[in-house]
Amino acid sequence: MNIIVTIKQVPNTNVIKINPQTGTLIREGVPSILNPDDASALEMALQLKDKFGAHVTVITMGPPQADAICREAFAMGADRAILLSDRKFAGADTLATSYALSGAIKTLDYDLILAGRQAIDGDTAQTPVSLAQHLDLPQVTYATNLDFDGKKLCTVTKETEEGYQILEVETPCVLTVLSSAIKPRYMTVKGIMEAYDKEVEVWGADKLDVEVERLGLSGSPTRVKKSFTKPQKQPGEVFEVDPEEAVEIIVKKLKEKHII
Amino acid sequence: MDFSLNKREELFLQMIRKFAAEEVQPLAAEIDDQERYPIETVEKMAKIGIMGIPIPVEYGGQGGTNQMYIMAVEELSKACATTGVIVSSHTSLCMNPILEFGTEEQKKKYLPKLASGEWIGAFGLTEPNAGTDAAMQQTMAVLDGDEWVINGSKIFITNAGYAHVYVIMAMTDKSLGTKGISAFIVEKDTPGFTIGKKEKKMGIRGSATCELIFENCRIPKDNLLGELGKGFKIAMMTLDGGRIGIASQALGIAQGALDATVKYTKERKQFGKTIAQFQNTQFQMANLETKIQAARLLVRQAAWKKDMHLPYSVDAAMAKLYCAETAMETTTKCVQFHGGYGYTREYEVERMMRDAKITEIYEGTSEVQRMVIAGKLFK
Repeated sequence: MNIIVTIKQVPNTNVIKINPQTGTLIREGVPSILNPDDASALEMALQLKDKFGAHVTVITMGPPQADAICREAFAMGADRAILLSDRKFAGADTLATSYALSGAIKTLDYDLILAGRQAIDGDTAQTPVSLAQHLDLPQVTYATNLDFDGKKLCTVTKETEEGYQILEVETPCVLTVLSSAIKPRYMTVKGIMEAYDKEVEVWGADKLDVEVERLGLSGSPTRVKKSFTKPQKQPGEVFEVDPEEAVEIIVKKLKEKHII
Repeated sequence: MDFSLNKREELFLQMIRKFAAEEVQPLAAEIDDQERYPIETVEKMAKIGIMGIPIPVEYGGQGGTNQMYIMAVEELSKACATTGVIVSSHTSLCMNPILEFGTEEQKKKYLPKLASGEWIGAFGLTEPNAGTDAAMQQTMAVLDGDEWVINGSKIFITNAGYAHVYVIMAMTDKSLGTKGISAFIVEKDTPGFTIGKKEKKMGIRGSATCELIFENCRIPKDNLLGELGKGFKIAMMTLDGGRIGIASQALGIAQGALDATVKYTKERKQFGKTIAQFQNTQFQMANLETKIQAARLLVRQAAWKKDMHLPYSVDAAMAKLYCAETAMETTTKCVQFHGGYGYTREYEVERMMRDAKITEIYEGTSEVQRMVIAGKLFK
């Protein structure tokens, strides 16, 4: 079984600050990490590897520094890592990114593609969805659990706003995974020792099955109209009281604010 | 000269920091309060390879460096000094002498299980009448046919009760003084070997510290570690390595206390401003930060020399001395910055101050470290 996991290097938004004048991220000094949802997708793949002996390939698109998350994936247990890195990919939105990824994946053998639901920098959740479209594959998004029968059938628990659905889908397919559902394993010391002895394959645009004009900025219809910083709210008040008293406090507060 | 970490070390640090924050820190107060050995943490550490970092791959270890090992002890100790000393004793005091002085058979028998964390290791030198004056060993080992018969007791033994393998010093020929001391490997559950009383301690309270009792304990002749009569030398060389581990533990405690205090002083307000805004706070904290970084450089240098197979005994002594005293000074001052709150168990600096004290005492007191350093100066 061959599993492909799409991963992305993102700034750690837990420590990120926004320049109030320009509304843009201050990236200096912000550590880059493996996107949390992607780490969980990788974990799901590694669990299948533990159970069925799968071969796990991670693939990412990014600048040369994205090598670091490929090493991290090796140290967790991935077998192969491909980094799509070429100036022709620069400025790609989710459409051009998913198109480039699909162009690389088309050249590989695979049974299952796992992706994180969304990246914490853009939060669009569009790339894996578009990827499935480019590859003309069935997809299940917001997966919190996967039972695989070892042959073709995936039974996927999908989180919805109301609760969850249990869906069956046959491989090959694309699943997007939630970080809240599956805790990624730690890198092992042995994995770390070996991670830099392995090769991260760096692929340029010429290696992909793509039309070059659909890559990068020229293949990206998305335009940012305006960006702004959300005003910070004052911290709320916490009352630790019994329910009856809580009702009184809530009603009083709502009246104070003329909401009721 | 390059002070930066290589990419492999950076990745390792990233992993160990995450592990310490997610798995070690949340248990630190609880295991201190309950004086409970964090066996579940040891199992988790075993799974990812933390119990065998500097042991070669051929003996089931991770093939890492001593530099990585001390980074692990520092980061674990930043969150919980008990967890730090469990790894340090296991690695430096048990696996290391077997690796350095063991026969090929002994290495193959013991190291894979120890390095994988399936077994935990311990070391027994100290006795009621042989503390800093370790040459006054009273535990005896007598050869009887194909077996050594051990009688005596050891005290203050870290990991006791949880360890499967104990490196034990015993007198094989009293007339020869220190040259009559030999080292042995004793497995748990050997008839005649029992664990005595568990100490109730000021700090590192989750770590098991017990007495070992040997009453006609018979072990195979082949369990002699190193040459007959070389036990004192083995013990001293083992402690050189152990001091790098304890120096890192002390460093971790100091850094943990400083980090907690930076956070606290930025939040705590008195006289209309945060404590961090007072110049007294800033200057004292700047001093501590400088000392901690100096301590780190000393311990990194000692570990580097060990990795390079250069003599490092004096470097380890200086690192242990300075890190331990920096930990004690830092934690004491950090409690002071916390005021009354720092004296309560609500804040972790209280535990850190209690944990720091032992680093000035075990694996050679600060006075012993000064003896080692002065020995080089005045030789």
